[in-house]
Amino acid sequence: MTLQQILFFIFGAISLGAGVGVVTARKLFHAALWLLLAFFGVAGLYVLLEAPFFAAAQLFVYMGAIGILIIFAIMLTRGMMRQRHPRANRQWWLAGILAALFLATFVRLAWQGPWTAPAGPVPENSLGLLGLTLVDPGGFALPFEVASVLLVVALIGAVTIVRER
Amino acid sequence: MLEQFTFVGFLLVVALFLGIFLISLSWLLRPKRPSPRKSEIYECGLRPHGEPWVRFKAQYYIFALVFLIFDVEAVFLFPWALAYNWLPFYAVLEGVIFILLLGAALVYVWRKGALEWM
Repeated sequence: MTLQQILFFIFGAISLGAGVGVVTARKLFHAALWLLLAFFGVAGLYVLLEAPFFAAAQLFVYMGAIGILIIFAIMLTRGMMRQRHPRANRQWWLAGILAALFLATFVRLAWQGPWTAPAGPVPENSLGLLGLTLVDPGGFALPFEVASVLLVVALIGAVTIVRER
Repeated sequence: MLEQFTFVGFLLVVALFLGIFLISLSWLLRPKRPSPRKSEIYECGLRPHGEPWVRFKAQYYIFALVFLIFDVEAVFLFPWALAYNWLPFYAVLEGVIFILLLGAALVYVWRKGALEWM
């Protein structure tokens, strides 16, 4: 087993174990902390995939911003911090069936395809190439601009909702 | 690629070890004579009053959300900035429009008073 494989199993185990922690934690706040650890494991997997920019984005956006957002959302909600919630509600069997179907689909997909490696190594300056395609009209220029509009809409919507109270 | 991250991994291990080591060291060395007064929640030397799990103001959510929005903006702008030297003029303009749109959003939030600390 190479070092890369060992690291893959370590980070995969961190993600999966933290994911189990998210669904089994008795307190919602602890579930949020487990979720941050799961995000961290995914960032490690990005590094192993030779995508350091995505690893950094994962740390900044998911662990940093979205983590804070989720924790604030829990702290803002009345009674969410104090109570211990039962792990399952009345719909646990439905969620269980859906999760089992989801797992079965993914296992089948993973078994099917020939997992060929892409031709050649990751190009040098892959991030600069990404930047070029982001603003190339034949590439992702329109989604790039739409993304900024989407961010503005999200911001204005949030301000409106909080102001109304 | 992975070699460049050796140092990051090294720092990760050191940080983890240091945290565990220092906490267990103080746990080993400290005298253990708890009293109700000592086990109170520490609040800058003041006597704590009320419950520790208070409900936060909805205002804080806006700060977190503004932070998230501009974090995502930075993620989009980073590859654009790296490719700056090879970009044609209109591509630079696209990035500028991106920044201006979000700048307008910042001005909107500011004008609405959502950035006031309460």
